[in-house]
Amino acid sequence: MSDHDQSTQLAPPAGAAEPGSTKSDPILVVDNVVRHFGGMTAVDVGHLEVQRGVITALIGPNGAGKTTFFNLITGFDRPTAGAHWSFDGSALDKTSASRVARAGMVRTFQLTKALNRMTVMDNMMLGARGQTGENLFLSWLKPLWSNQEKEIRDKALGLLERFKLLDKQDDYAGSLSGGQRKLLEMARALMSDPKMIMLDEPMAGVNPALTQSLLGHIQALRDDGMTVLFVEHDMHMVRHISDWVVVMAEGKLIAEGKAGEVMANPVVIDAYLGAHHDTDLGDDALLEEGSDMEEQLADEVAEEETSREDQA
Amino acid sequence: MDTVINILNSMAREAIAPQTAAVAIAVIGLNVHFGFTGLLNMGQAGYMLVGAYGFAISVREGAPLPVAILIGLAASVVLSLVLGLPTLKLRGDYLAIVTISAAEIIRFIGRQPLLENVTGAAQGIPGGDYRVPFQDLSFLGAGQTSFGPWNYFNTGVNGWWVRVVAWGVVFLGVLIVWLLARSPWGRLLKGIREDEDAIRSLGKNVFAIKMQALIIGGMFGALAGMIYVLPSSVQPDSMGRQLTFFCWTAILLGGAATIFGPVLGAVLFYATRIFIKGFANATVPDSIMNTQQTEQFSWIVVGVALMLLVIFRPQGILGKKRELQFNV
Repeated sequence: MSDHDQSTQLAPPAGAAEPGSTKSDPILVVDNVVRHFGGMTAVDVGHLEVQRGVITALIGPNGAGKTTFFNLITGFDRPTAGAHWSFDGSALDKTSASRVARAGMVRTFQLTKALNRMTVMDNMMLGARGQTGENLFLSWLKPLWSNQEKEIRDKALGLLERFKLLDKQDDYAGSLSGGQRKLLEMARALMSDPKMIMLDEPMAGVNPALTQSLLGHIQALRDDGMTVLFVEHDMHMVRHISDWVVVMAEGKLIAEGKAGEVMANPVVIDAYLGAHHDTDLGDDALLEEGSDMEEQLADEVAEEETSREDQA
Repeated sequence: MDTVINILNSMAREAIAPQTAAVAIAVIGLNVHFGFTGLLNMGQAGYMLVGAYGFAISVREGAPLPVAILIGLAASVVLSLVLGLPTLKLRGDYLAIVTISAAEIIRFIGRQPLLENVTGAAQGIPGGDYRVPFQDLSFLGAGQTSFGPWNYFNTGVNGWWVRVVAWGVVFLGVLIVWLLARSPWGRLLKGIREDEDAIRSLGKNVFAIKMQALIIGGMFGALAGMIYVLPSSVQPDSMGRQLTFFCWTAILLGGAATIFGPVLGAVLFYATRIFIKGFANATVPDSIMNTQQTEQFSWIVVGVALMLLVIFRPQGILGKKRELQFNV
């Protein structure tokens, strides 16, 4: 990270590209990650590079294998055979989840894993790396770790303030709202100063008021020099904050590029966005009965059906 | 009035009995397993039996007392490794199945007539074979001391000496667990209890920490087994499933994941049972329920009490209710 100045870090790779294209400074390189569940191939990714210092979105229709892919590269699942991937120059093949995290690639979960019966502060402090007091043989001697404990607490307080959870520090994590838990999980991941943070659907179940601040946090992480890779369904968010978009469908990478270009790519439209990719998916008008859009959709559906009947 | 005092006296005697202290230590170990780490150990009695065999056989074969204690503890560490290596990577329920079977296997191996020269088979090892070096350590001297309802020989087979040592070990156990629970290591245990995957994603070696917790809790179990057999004898059948379930009752009664819960739970469990037995003996005529039946009746009441406890006060006496509200 140090030998790159801010401007090259922030510059996303130019234009659209073939899936699996090379990047100028990849932090994560993935080769040949395959995962079968019984006879089904959930993930079959030939090659993927993730550029350092940018926000990369991983999108795809339901069942495209995004979360499975996430689990594979973070060590929570094992590839079926012969996978190679490296993070920041060191190989990570077949490593455990904890070792992946120690290498500097920390993830969050689609279903938030806040530790409910522990306080927000305890949650945060668990995130810190290299704690002397976590060694069983030294843990009973408080003087050995009390100073470090104080430093970790100060760091946690700083992060909690940034994520607006400071007044919740003594509450049980289980008493937080879903969105606050997402924030807590993200803040906890940051306690370890990761090089890359992987967010699995950070917006799922978060109310719109919080969404805006979450987006701000994610962009702030990039501006601090962190690499962000996230899985998301919310197209608003993908267009809004991602510097680069990777599209998966049926376990394979089908396209990558800048958000606008990827979403105009016919392959992607076919696989994922459907014919209405340029309509605002967040538009309320879609939900109102009798709107122009609804009529238009109904017409198109009827058209498609007749053409299908003709073929048959 | 006399019967009331009699019942109270026998409750007091049961409360400080060495066996009660031994169960308290076993429950302290179970608390490290279940209360803090969330490991479902259904075979704590197996750990006790392994510790008792290791200790008693070593002393009988001429090992000095400290070495015998270490051998008993080492046996429990081996048991933890054997049970933990294959199961700790799997979901929690597997450990429960493996521990309950292992405890039974140990008991049946101990009962094997083939091993009569080693374990004494079903007869067990008489206390006289291993008790002497421990009694020789006593500095309380001969004679008898009376204190309130408690009147025992100073040293003796089942006197003040073994009580003082047993409760001293209970105190030490509480101290050790307190030191560990307040540390970042203790925080990790609770984190693992809540969600292993979350802790893994933070870069911690979950397997190693679970193994450490299993070993520590098992060592408390082994220590408990040694104290359990000091005033009596090593009987494989006295450390069977039943004793494991007494341990579980005591931990649920006192409150899991608390520091004093295990001790309070063990004392209350044994004292209350004596109360039920004495009360039933005194009030129900023999024509309805004789002495032998009141003994059985007391166990039934304990079972019902456990059910009511789990339904109406699942956090136990000392547990924090707020912690349980978020149990999803």
